[in-house]
Amino acid sequence: MAKVIKLRKGLDINLKGKAALETVTVECPGEYALVPDDFTGLKPKVVVKEGDSVKVGDALFVDKLHPEVNFVSPVSGTVSLVERGDRRKLLSVRVKPDGKQEARQFNVKGDVKALLVESGLFAFFRQRPYDVVANPEDKPKAIFVSAFNSMPLSQDFEYALKGQEKEFQAGLDALSRIAKVYLGISPKQTSPVLTAAKNCEVTVFDGPAPAGNVGVQINHISPINKGEVVWTMGAEEVIFVGRLMLTGKVDLTRLVAVAGSEVKKPAYARVLVGQKLTTLLNGQIDASKSLRIINGNVMTGLKTTQDGFLGAHATEVNVIPEGDHADEFMGWIAPRFNTFSTHRSYFSWLLGKKKEYVMDARIKGGERHMIMSGEYDKVFPMDIYAGYLVKAIIAGDIDRQEALGIYEVAPEDFAIAEFVDSSKLELQRIVREGLDILRKENA
Amino acid sequence: MKSLRKFFDNIKPYVEEGGKFHALRSLVDGFETFAFVPNQTSRVGSVNIHDAIDSKRIMSLVVIALMPALLFGMYNVGYQNYAAAGTLANASFWELFGFGFLAVLPKIIVSYVVGLGIEFVVAQWKGEEIQEGFLVSGILIPMIIPVNTPLWMLAIAVAFSVILAKEIFGGTGMNVFNPALVTRAFLFFSYPSVMTGDDNVWVAQSTIFGLGNNLPDTYAAATPLGNAALGQPLADQCAAITGLIPGAIGETSVIAIALGAILLLWTGVASWKTMISVFVGGGLTAALFHATGSSPLTWCDQIVLGGFCFGAVFMATDPVTSARTEGGKYIYGFLIGVVAVMVRVLNPGFPEGMMLAILLMNIFAPLIDYFFVQSNINKRAKRAIK
Repeated sequence: MAKVIKLRKGLDINLKGKAALETVTVECPGEYALVPDDFTGLKPKVVVKEGDSVKVGDALFVDKLHPEVNFVSPVSGTVSLVERGDRRKLLSVRVKPDGKQEARQFNVKGDVKALLVESGLFAFFRQRPYDVVANPEDKPKAIFVSAFNSMPLSQDFEYALKGQEKEFQAGLDALSRIAKVYLGISPKQTSPVLTAAKNCEVTVFDGPAPAGNVGVQINHISPINKGEVVWTMGAEEVIFVGRLMLTGKVDLTRLVAVAGSEVKKPAYARVLVGQKLTTLLNGQIDASKSLRIINGNVMTGLKTTQDGFLGAHATEVNVIPEGDHADEFMGWIAPRFNTFSTHRSYFSWLLGKKKEYVMDARIKGGERHMIMSGEYDKVFPMDIYAGYLVKAIIAGDIDRQEALGIYEVAPEDFAIAEFVDSSKLELQRIVREGLDILRKENA
Repeated sequence: MKSLRKFFDNIKPYVEEGGKFHALRSLVDGFETFAFVPNQTSRVGSVNIHDAIDSKRIMSLVVIALMPALLFGMYNVGYQNYAAAGTLANASFWELFGFGFLAVLPKIIVSYVVGLGIEFVVAQWKGEEIQEGFLVSGILIPMIIPVNTPLWMLAIAVAFSVILAKEIFGGTGMNVFNPALVTRAFLFFSYPSVMTGDDNVWVAQSTIFGLGNNLPDTYAAATPLGNAALGQPLADQCAAITGLIPGAIGETSVIAIALGAILLLWTGVASWKTMISVFVGGGLTAALFHATGSSPLTWCDQIVLGGFCFGAVFMATDPVTSARTEGGKYIYGFLIGVVAVMVRVLNPGFPEGMMLAILLMNIFAPLIDYFFVQSNINKRAKRAIK
């Protein structure tokens, strides 16, 4: 029987527009793109030219610091655009598909790490500390995989796992040849592929969001100390590894949840990494409204447009109202019955946990200094003083950040705290910037 | 509502950077965010949805929680005046309340005008939004001073505390001391004669617009705590609980304060850990002093008298100046209670100790937190060595 860790701190946010457990087919877009910014901390170097033809698994760009790490094309076709922005920063490499999905064949015998580096799947590893792309020269203490996402409107991994059970286990087997693998699952997940997964240590995390965050799970199983490195990988990306191990081919097909209150029929779609979002959202949203399309989860994803491309790590696309013309009158004193809040001065505590809310993207207040105490701690299920850590980051005090445990956190771990913060501080951005500075200092 | 929205949209260009009336930006901004929830949406890279709670609502809640104590305080100001003149039997409820209202209102206005005026100027100067912290301080200040405090003194004290206790530290959220208590401390040490002294400060002495009674100059009414300092036991515990005793405007009624406490605890604005600990600390210390014969007051008397309840509910729980770690809140609150009663009993110069106790613990709050945070740091360091 797997070990159960009960978490009390946290908050489940019940949003309207959860994806129904059915898969709709979407048409193939005219263009795919791989976006280097999806791989945090990467310095990309393009290795293709416009007009080159590529197969699935051929490198589009590599890591400048570790040129052996490939970032590969999800489709076969021709490179249509190498998009650059200010100061020639690489924004994306776009590929026009030829519809054949010809894939490069890899030799799966031999060293797993070398195979993953070569086939581009290594790019899906993230490392702690810093929450950036992993360094192939490191020897990680362990590899952590969280098989569930506790954030609102997120993908149900058990649904995505259907039909991919063999691949998932093959992926875990491969990862276990690099380092010890820990799999975190939710008590609601009953699939024997998860509860009885082999070649890994399964732990059940019972609690509200962010229990599904791999960072929270690391903190409870084997917290990171200074000098140690841990790798993490998304559960669906483990399936990518499994497919490669079983077939020798790269297949970056995901089951993405298209969800949110503004999606007409929230459901799942089987798409490739880098899919143009137009094909996912066509007919699903009312383009005349002011909407916020989020590449990824509503709590952690980035705002994008219909012309954006599905992020490398994104397991869902969420659409909510932007709310920039809401003009709510005297909100500071009005009862606001339909508004969700953890605070008892609103009435959502009366309406029960089953009520689904429509929330827009407004901040709903002005940014202040940290005033209330203990707000973050209530939703931060780690043995870390979140408020003090954030203050140390704002103050730029690196020694204190280290002492308070910055190596154990990622911006996403602060998502719920940022949601409840009455001072409206941008915690995820603060933590991201803090990690970037620290990484530069320690380099 | 629509026309109001239009009005703000129309005047906005004038107050923005480079506009004709740029000097009024913070003022317009303050009123706009007062009227409408800001329409600003979250930036790329931060969480896309937010809880509806903001500091405006939290501060407003505290103000609402203070209302029972304030309204009762107004009534009590009238009650004390009429009782002193011996005309209580002839006066109606509205006469008592009306007199108190007229006596207290100027203090509230002065406190808000001076304090918020400074806040507006600072917000304009720093290019920030107006911080709501003073909404609470501004109403707390008139409630913790004697009714006879001259308005000019109040104005100076408010200006002193807003500038030197709050703004120079960086504004709401950065201050070390509770600004309302600094105001009171400033008055207390600069003008002791009107804050304690001859015992003629607690009851309004003259008529206002024909209401109330003129009392003789020699009239004096000591607070029960003042009497206790002279060794007299509490005469009427019932009056001390309902609040019909002389004292600072808002602090006398335990019942009115309890109503506010219920709202603050239910909404989680105030920490129950701090609040309960103050009572436990104060109660135990008072019981000890009573048992050893140092004080004629029982633990129960100590708690219901003076500013103990008011301080425990509204001042000690100020999240900015109190301990910020959950464990620290117990210690912080407990020591406030202990020190408050110790000052009352052991120091003959100060019949009331709550203000000094809270200000003292404001200094020590970061130290208390330090031990809790440091234990977390040590645990992490130890783990790394293993």
